[in-house]
Amino acid sequence: MENIIFDRIRSDIQANDVVLYMKGTAVFPQCGFSAAVTQILTQLGVTFKDVNVLEDSAIRQGVKDFASWPTIPQLYVKGEFLGGCDIVREMYASGELQQILRDKQIAFNEEAAA
Amino acid sequence: MEETIRRKLAESLNPSVLEVVNESHLHAGHAGDDGSGETHFRVKVVSAAFSSMTRVEMQRLVYEILKMEMGIGIHALSINALAE
Repeated sequence: MENIIFDRIRSDIQANDVVLYMKGTAVFPQCGFSAAVTQILTQLGVTFKDVNVLEDSAIRQGVKDFASWPTIPQLYVKGEFLGGCDIVREMYASGELQQILRDKQIAFNEEAAA
Repeated sequence: MEETIRRKLAESLNPSVLEVVNESHLHAGHAGDDGSGETHFRVKVVSAAFSSMTRVEMQRLVYEILKMEMGIGIHALSINALAE
């Protein structure tokens, strides 16, 4: 069972440059922390795949086990786990997130990055 | 819960700065509020134990120390972890 879930996560984070595992959807987040990360990505104009863990309890637990990270949201960039809400917020504020996007050649709105 | 968080982090990390703020009242009636008034916390911790760790590693360590509490009552834990 775990292998099937892990395979799904692997294929999601390989097939999409930016993946956000979240509660709710990008259009309708159902948790303040998921909403905060969505807002940052939207502000930056980053295209991302949103996966609503509330729709699938196996994925909800699976992403926690996969990343050894007990909370949602979880942000992946080019297959790499970047962190949850606190880390994404810090990295956005310091400009590190924008630098990672540049380094990994992921399109975003540079004017919103300042 | 607040005291347990403070004690466990103090014992494990010997921090130079440790702030634990109970923010549960801000989330009353929201998801995860179990009525205990001890479900949402914000933690700032500065410790030499974090030196040479990435942000993800620092936060994983804090989660690990509070693993039991995460399972039994804490709904949300906001972590600001810094190396000394």
